[in-house]
Amino acid sequence: MRRLISPLFIAAVLGTAAFFITTHPKAYSALRGDNAFSPTRARDLENGKTLFNAGGCASCHAKPDDESRTTLSGGKPLVTPFGIFNPPNISPDPKDGIGQWTEAQFIRAMREGVSPEGKHYYPAFPYTSYRGLSPDDVADLFAHLKTLPAAEGKALVHDLAFPYSIRQGVGLWKLLYLNGTVMAADATQSLEWNRGRYLVETAGHCAECHSPRNALGAIISDKRFSGGPNPEGKGRAPNLTQDKTGLAAWSEDDIVTLLKDGFTPEFDSVGGSMAEVVRNTAALSDQDRQAMAIYLKSLAPIEGEARAPK
Amino acid sequence: MIHRYVLAGSALLLATAVLAASPIAERQAIMKSFGGATKPLAAMMKGEKPFSLDEVKKSLAVYAEGNAKFVTLFPAGSDKGEKTEASPKIWSDAAGFKAANEKFKTEIAAAVASIKDEASFKATIPALLKNCGACHEAYRLKD
Repeated sequence: MRRLISPLFIAAVLGTAAFFITTHPKAYSALRGDNAFSPTRARDLENGKTLFNAGGCASCHAKPDDESRTTLSGGKPLVTPFGIFNPPNISPDPKDGIGQWTEAQFIRAMREGVSPEGKHYYPAFPYTSYRGLSPDDVADLFAHLKTLPAAEGKALVHDLAFPYSIRQGVGLWKLLYLNGTVMAADATQSLEWNRGRYLVETAGHCAECHSPRNALGAIISDKRFSGGPNPEGKGRAPNLTQDKTGLAAWSEDDIVTLLKDGFTPEFDSVGGSMAEVVRNTAALSDQDRQAMAIYLKSLAPIEGEARAPK
Repeated sequence: MIHRYVLAGSALLLATAVLAASPIAERQAIMKSFGGATKPLAAMMKGEKPFSLDEVKKSLAVYAEGNAKFVTLFPAGSDKGEKTEASPKIWSDAAGFKAANEKFKTEIAAAVASIKDEASFKATIPALLKNCGACHEAYRLKD
């Protein structure tokens, strides 16, 4: 009996210890994180505002009835199959928001998904995309957020189903799916293409909705951008690749128009959360929308998943 | 003059009504007609097409006709059956949906009254077309 229990017991202890060690926020930081931030230039508020719009921060964090979308005391709950996520207050309020955060803490939150208290964020906050942003850009965004009105109010805690409710489990997920590197320029491509890729892949986090996910909720990399289910229930985010089920028939101008006015080439007007996204992309410059279109038109065709029968 | 547009709009609606037996098909036909009506407006806004008051009025007539009918095409149970992108919110927030349709109706009427030339057209249309996205954001889910 003793001989039977001991190895099991040891395995259980080791397993538990391994879980806590590998999932600890410090483990990820040690392996992939990059806390050292040395600014390479002065803060640029204009660039911070561009990143704010490209990143769609307001879509989740702005107060629901705030037409100006600048009071970031926390938005509508995000209802997903994993449970309900309540976007927190990221206004400069010192008590409920990010007023007391340091620049380094903010960069860490955005790029590593770790809070100043050292807790993992759930990837409903798309740091899986934001991690590709350069620390200087994130610092500019932080500077912009600091110019917005402070507002009180703490978000409710997330209401998640087991096992997603075990926050530390996110650590394991990060080791599997978060590579922690800043998106590097591709020298074989044009400046516009690189700019477009940067906006689409990092700040814009387009792939987060427009890709199918596996059972663990991670994007299936060889199906990236081929369309995905609406994370909030009914409906689908369409295929963005150059497949015939995607954007093959769209011109760059068509994509630019959609990002600016929300109209498709047939003058259908996009709905659901994409209408909200267009409020962000409409605030970008024409050059940035054009760059995004150039990058999207370069995506290799991937056939989208067959739609569920109606 | 106005009669001709109303007539043209009515004829179009009649045609879609004959083709479309179900409320789902009927409301989708109206949305399609809105798309067709928006195309020339957008082209004129971008300067890809010369301004024509006649065409603008025609498009506005399509909006007005469709708008009047649209809100009646969501009877209980028409949230499924055929392919539909209607959000469940149309039924759970019927008052809000009705208000969005009313808002569009008021603004179409205001546009008909105020658009007299290219300048008034360019000043009015962008805000009018914001109704599309605003309503779709809340009440339509892409599928």
